[in-house]
Formats: sequence, structure tokens, C-alpha cells
Amino acid sequence: MAILITPETKILIQGITGEFGARHTKLSLDYGTKVVAGVTPGKGGQFFEHAGHKIPIFNSVADAAHATGATVSAIFVPPPFAGDAILECVDAGLDLAVAITEGIPVKDMIRVKRAMQGKKTRLLGPNCPGVVTPGTGEGSKGGCRIGIAPGYIHKRGHVGVVSRSGTLTYEAVFQLTSKNIGQTTCVGIGGDPVNGTSHLDVIKLFNADPETHGIILIGEIGGNAEVEAARWIKANCKKPVAGFIAGATAPAGRRMGHAGAIVGGAEDTAAAKIAVFKECGIEVAATPSDMADALLRAAKAKGVTLS
Amino acid sequence: MNIHEYQAKALFEKFGVPVPKGAAATSPEEFINALAQLPEGPTMVKSQIHAGGRGKGTFTDGFKGGVKFCQTKHDAKEIAAKMLGNTLVTIQTGPAGRKVQTIYFTAASDIKKEYYLAILLDRASSRPVIVASTEGGVEIEKVAHDSPEKIHKVLVDPAYGLADFQVRDLITKLGLAGAEAKNAGKLIRNLYTMFWETDAAMVEVNPLITTPTGDVLALDAKVSFDANALYRHPEIVALRDLNEEDPKEIEASKFSLSYIALDGNIACLVNGAGLAMSTMDIIQHYGGTPANFLDVGGGASKDQVIAAFKIILGDKNVKGIMVNIFGGIMDCNVIATGIVEAVKEVGLKLPLVVRLEGNNVAAGKATLAASGLALVSGDNMADAAQKIVKLVAA
Repeated sequence: MAILITPETKILIQGITGEFGARHTKLSLDYGTKVVAGVTPGKGGQFFEHAGHKIPIFNSVADAAHATGATVSAIFVPPPFAGDAILECVDAGLDLAVAITEGIPVKDMIRVKRAMQGKKTRLLGPNCPGVVTPGTGEGSKGGCRIGIAPGYIHKRGHVGVVSRSGTLTYEAVFQLTSKNIGQTTCVGIGGDPVNGTSHLDVIKLFNADPETHGIILIGEIGGNAEVEAARWIKANCKKPVAGFIAGATAPAGRRMGHAGAIVGGAEDTAAAKIAVFKECGIEVAATPSDMADALLRAAKAKGVTLS
Repeated sequence: MNIHEYQAKALFEKFGVPVPKGAAATSPEEFINALAQLPEGPTMVKSQIHAGGRGKGTFTDGFKGGVKFCQTKHDAKEIAAKMLGNTLVTIQTGPAGRKVQTIYFTAASDIKKEYYLAILLDRASSRPVIVASTEGGVEIEKVAHDSPEKIHKVLVDPAYGLADFQVRDLITKLGLAGAEAKNAGKLIRNLYTMFWETDAAMVEVNPLITTPTGDVLALDAKVSFDANALYRHPEIVALRDLNEEDPKEIEASKFSLSYIALDGNIACLVNGAGLAMSTMDIIQHYGGTPANFLDVGGGASKDQVIAAFKIILGDKNVKGIMVNIFGGIMDCNVIATGIVEAVKEVGLKLPLVVRLEGNNVAAGKATLAASGLALVSGDNMADAAQKIVKLVAA
């Protein structure tokens, strides 16, 4: 079944007429993704055309969703306006908003996240590569690609990938596909300190998805999201899980004050997170080159077939 | 973005957070004018650098203490002359230390008791958190570790802002009453307003003090700002002190490169922050030491690669370079062509290992092979890391 999105999901693009948004809209269309609308305030009534596709542009998310039945938005608008763009998705009652935009002020995200409490819309990102549910065509075409990930590195299959980092996600997906192991859905949750969907939220979805047989969990130093996910996995998840934490060599102490250390807690270093992973039965990838192999080891130990 | 204590205190005053009377000076001539603004009597002399641990720091000429108490303004002037232009090494500066280019004089305060107060983001709840303790003027990490019950936290709901009852509750926990409670309450509310309105990433006051007369003052001030929000605060951008930043990092930012210098000898050039961090990790895993973090972003254009090589080669410790590019959308052949031209332009003599993967990678590898350059190709991250570690060790 995949999670969050399927090849049938209808998506709209906020910022479709910007250079960045336009480029990736074309790539998504080429991948076979059902992009049904664009939103650029002031350009309603125009069309976005590419390779035989003619996508209507609307002035607002609500108009676009109402006219086309789109349930998911990919947000490419510049940072000063991105918080507002997310709120517009919430107001329109979309299922999912995927914020690709990098550089949104933290305060804007604090307010947006508060405003989203109790609302049905889920947020992925910001500052994330997006989400891909691969298709069954050549180079995984026919899938749903939202965001900026390279579609062709994917392959339809049974592994779920969740990560904060874009290129590190591609690295993991590429390793899997090179070993002929496909993916259900690959999710980038974004690297910002305040984001929507967490590692744990995605792990829960993968755990509940019968098509997902194994999970790769990629984290970084800072915060406690990976630790929270690992503890839940230990208590609730029977599927094989491999983990990697980036930043073991990142320089410490590049900060002026000390308050971050007491709020962040003792578990936000790479070493501490890796220790928790091991304690929770997650197979730790020794290096970033070892991510797919680590999942294979975890699957073998549990007698699970990944492909 | 970080600012100096004297700048932070000027902001404090603007938002109604009381601080001791003070004045900054950048030359011995200015010492006289600055000191003239302060009352006679005990005076503090404070080195202005963007790092903590100044009081316990040592200057490279052996002079101890970047923050000094002086009985008179005359003594303060003499001590300031020893600090200005001198290089201060603290636990947060690294062994190279920082050159002191500004001195901040303040009237020394009568201290009744010291407290700790900070405001920052609590990532777990995605809300601002106020952190306070009765244990001020000491290392707060140690307090948090040894007696966590002495650390009090207040999460602020961004929909309503800081509520009066939260302030009252915090003040009670700090054991303040009467005039002290009233003054502390006002200070906390004003400090929160400053944190929120200036898009600060962190505000830390250690120590916050009470005086025998019931006043509450911020004796120190460390403030940093959210870089993503600087576009709406030109008055804060104006406070940036380039002297406090690594010239290589400033140069890198001109080309949209994210660069952080480290102590090792294997430089790396990578696209994507997560992949860049992991490249450093894998170099260390195979026994090498990374010389830097360098993220060229999603693009990796020729101009960026040239700029990146120049910055990397500006670090004399570098003995080899590992390039790790996952060209997802970008054509690997375009990246390979950029690398070849960059190597030729900068006349690279050091060992170079290139790991290239992704879109049109076969053509990219062919371009590298046909370049006639003495670069080594890595099949994957592990292979490339092992090769560069071996070449640098040889």
C-alpha cells in the first residue's frame, strides 16, 4: 500500500511558476506523478505546460483543491512566504503539505506548528527533499514523486526509508536499488529544528503498512527525535530496522552559550544515539556505505525477506 | 549569528532589561572617554569575543583572565591595555584563541545572589522555553547534571505568549519576593519580548543578579539570532562582526558554500549537508581525520567547485582531498567537467579521490578518466574514503 502517498495521489504545486518549482514539476510529470494543479497568487487562469501536459494554475490552494480534487501540496515558495503557504494548505483541508523550502525562520515554523495542532493536515518538512512512492515502470516511473529527489534511483518494493537529509536518503535508496531491493515509500522529514512529521510518526506508518517489510532510519546529531523513535521501535515494531546517525565527527561547542546542552539533553550526540539504537535492537550501519547491508543483516536475523 | 556582550546589553536596555552601566572601547584613546561615562569606584573590564568561558581564559602572552574586577577606574584602564589586541584562549575558542578587539567597561555591581536565566527553542515541543535556576554564575551543564531539580523550565505557548501566571510561578520557584519579585518579573517578560521580536535563537544571562537594594540586573549577556530571519532585521545584521568569523567561512558563503574548518588533513567537498557530515564520519572511520565540512549544495557548478578547491587549499594542513558527489538530478558529466577544469585552474598537486554517483555517471567517470589528471576514482563512499586515507598516509 505504501504510506502517505500512492501513485494515484493527486498533487498541486505551490510556487509552480518559480524556477525551482517549475523544474521539479516537470521532473515529477516525467516520472508519471499526477500533478493536477499549480498555485501562484495573481496567475490564476494561466496554465503550466510541459510535454503535452496542461496544468491549470489557481490563485489559492482552496480553489485548486476544490476544482481538481488535489489532496497533497508540494511547497516551493520562497522562505518569507512559506509559513503562510503551509497555513493555506491547512485552511484548505489538504491531507498533506510537503514543504521543500529551505531557510524558513524558526519563529514562523513555531507559529505554524502551533496553528496546525488539532487540524487534519499533516506537514512534511520544511527543508526536506520530499517523498517518493516508486512506480512499477522503467526507472520506477509511474510512481508519485513529490519534491526534489531523483526518481530513477528508486524501485518499487518493500523497504521504507525515513531521513532528515536529502542526499543521505538518495545514498540509502541507491544502495537498496543497486542490490535489487525496492522501496515502499522514501520519506524526507527535513533538517530544520521545528518540523512537521517526526521520525516516529513515519516509523508508526511503516509499521502499520503490510507492504513494508523492513525500515531504514537515518538520523543526525541534535535533538532527540531518533531516540524517541528507537524506544518506540523496541516496544512496538517487529520489522527489521537498520539505523545510521550522521555527525560523529561534527565539531562540538560551536556555540556561545550553554543552554542548548541542558535543553537538548544528554542524548543528542551521535555516540549517544548510536548506543540507544543498539540497545533498542536496531542494526547500526557502521558507515554510510553500510546502510543497505545493515538492513540485510537485520532482515536475515529476523528471517524476513526484503525483496 | 552571534553578537558581542556590549551589543547584546544595548539591545537589553532597548527592551527594558536592566544592565549595569557600561561603555565599550576599541582603542586605548577611547578607554578614557568610555571610563568617563562610568561612576567612580569598582569597575569590571571585559574582553569582547564571541566565545564563552572568558573569565577563566588565558591570553597567549600568559596574562590570566579575560574578565577582571578592578578597584578603581585607573586600574581598569591599565588592565584593559593588557587585554586589547591580545589573544584570549577559552574552553570555547579552541587553542588558537581569539584576538580581543573591543573592551567593555562596566560599573561593578553589589551582588546579593546570582541566578541563571536563558530563553531558547525547545525542539521536543517546538516552543520557546525559559530556563532558570537559583544556581547562577557557574557552569549550568554541571548544575543540570548534578542537581536537575534546581533547573526550572517554562514552555511558552506561541498562540498566547508568555502568561503572567507562568512568570509568577517561575519567580516563586527562584525564591524571590517583594521588590525583587516585581523587578524580576518585569525583566523576564521584557527579555521574552526581546527574544520573540528579534527572532533570537538564544538569549542567555549568566549570572542574573539581585542587589542589596532589590534591583535585578543582567550581569552578562549572550545572544544569538536565527540566520534565516535576518532578512527582516537589518538593525541586527549591522551588529555582525566579521573579525569574529573565519575568513574562509566568509569567502565560502559568497559562493553559497557551507564550510566549517576542522583540525584534520583530509579535505572533503560534498553535495548535501547530511552526506557531507557522513563523509567526514567515514574518513574518520577508516583512520583519517577530516579537515573540513564543505557542502556545495544541490548544484555543484564549476565556479562553486573552483571556489571550494581554493578555500580548501587555503588550509595548509590539507594533505589530500575527497570529492563525494551524489548527482541525483544534476548530470554527473557536468559535475565531472567542472572538477577537471577546477583542478586545472588551481593547479592541484595533492592526492584527489573522486566518488561520483547518480545521473549519467558513466559519462562523468569517462570525463575524469580522459582528463589526464592524476586523480583516483572511488567506486563508493567506503572505497573512496579508504583510498584517500591510504594516499595521505603514504
